[in-house]
Amino acid sequence: MLLISCPNCGPRDETEFHYGGQAHVAYPENPAELTDREWAEYLFYRDNTKGAFAERWLHSTGCRQWFNMLRDTVTYDIQAIYQMGQLRPATGPTAPTVTSPVSPEGAIK
Amino acid sequence: MTTEHLPEHPDFLWRNPDPKSSYDAVIVGGGGHGLATAYYLAKNHGMTNIAILEKGWLAGGNMARNTTIIRSNYLWDESAAIYEHALKLWEILPEELEYDFLFSQRGVMNLAHTLGDVRESVRRVGANKLNGVDAEWLDPQQVKELCPILNINDNIRYPVMGATYQPRAGIAKHDHVAWAFARKCDELGVDIIQNCEVTGFLKDGNKVVGVKTTRGTIHTEKVGLCAAGHSSVLAEMAGFRLPIQSHPLQALVSELHEPVHPTVVMSNHVHVYVSQAHKGELVMGAGVDSYNGYGQRGSFHVIEHQMAAAVELFPIFARAHVLRTWGGIVDTTLDASPIVGTTPVENMFVNCGWGTGGFKGTPAAGLTFAHTIATGTPHKLNKPFALERFETGALIDEHGAAAVAH
Repeated sequence: MLLISCPNCGPRDETEFHYGGQAHVAYPENPAELTDREWAEYLFYRDNTKGAFAERWLHSTGCRQWFNMLRDTVTYDIQAIYQMGQLRPATGPTAPTVTSPVSPEGAIK
Repeated sequence: MTTEHLPEHPDFLWRNPDPKSSYDAVIVGGGGHGLATAYYLAKNHGMTNIAILEKGWLAGGNMARNTTIIRSNYLWDESAAIYEHALKLWEILPEELEYDFLFSQRGVMNLAHTLGDVRESVRRVGANKLNGVDAEWLDPQQVKELCPILNINDNIRYPVMGATYQPRAGIAKHDHVAWAFARKCDELGVDIIQNCEVTGFLKDGNKVVGVKTTRGTIHTEKVGLCAAGHSSVLAEMAGFRLPIQSHPLQALVSELHEPVHPTVVMSNHVHVYVSQAHKGELVMGAGVDSYNGYGQRGSFHVIEHQMAAAVELFPIFARAHVLRTWGGIVDTTLDASPIVGTTPVENMFVNCGWGTGGFKGTPAAGLTFAHTIATGTPHKLNKPFALERFETGALIDEHGAAAVAH
């Protein structure tokens, strides 16, 4: 079972969370102008990365907030947890592991 | 123990050749689907100068990790056609391959636990009958008669309200299926090359002309991808995308028991599927782990959940023990139907997206994919399962009949 550090609540069991798939997939800016191919890409095509993968999680039985996670899809190591709207952190052997600072009250510093 | 009592090592069922520098076609992936594809390419289309490239050992991926359930009770016409064709092939393959892989048509039951389940199930029985698939609706008493160890009392959270039943469905010995295909492929001249990982493709413009592997470069006129959970990785190497998400799917077995479970029972709602293997172990599976994963393992709470469901449905399982758990990597699509057909790359073909139910489809996947590779156009059975359906919107939604949540 994954131990996931919710940015708001701290480390909790995976069973408290729901998976939201690939992160950083924006709704099309001009939906009416999309071709069928582009609609297919938006609706059905997602990256299926083997390795570091940016994905969304929902702390459904905790704070009920969405957040982003960078996780290795082979080792399942969680490499970074970051807020919705933030850019994906750098990855690679030299990239620092980003941990979410959580105060004793559970609020983000 | 003295050596004089050791039996002779059995004959090897296939050669282990070194790869040649070129083939007429190369199949990537030496699991059930790759083996079946090569078999039908050789048998039906006379293509014998072909190779199967397997990065690990033969049939060591999902072919070694599934719960061996074979059935064809899918909802839509397109699915019923291809899965029923597969079932008809399963019925003749032991004789055709001259190998008894213990296909046991002990029936498969899909339980209904809610009014919604009942409606969906009765509708599916009707659809199955119209498509010539054997299907029956059973009331709880009939369920109990067929499978006496099932708890049909209303003292559980989701009592059994009935079940669909397909008598011709069943299980088979997965390893023996792979070995049966492998031996025939080998006899027909197909090179089965293990420990040979594909690392890239050679292209001439938009046409694939070869495969780069850990055992050298192989030139070929056609490439067929049969890599299940790793299909996206290969597609990316070739320069196109697939609407596939790879997830861990776990299963487990108990220790050996006397025969207690006469059929196969699946439950969508409380989510477990159980059969008893020929040797005697209880074989169980459940839904996929929610996250994307290539790790061939999942989270333990999924196992815990499926065992809780199993014990509620089968109270006598409470005293059984988990002997082994494992995971495979399943290639899921958003409509829970496979993708078998051409790709944006010329002369490259793809068979993937069978997700949680690929084992049962093995013979039909092989037959239709071989046709597609040999002729360059789909067989009538796999035509609806083209990659283009995600653009046209002609999806084939089998989330209900797939019976494994994802």
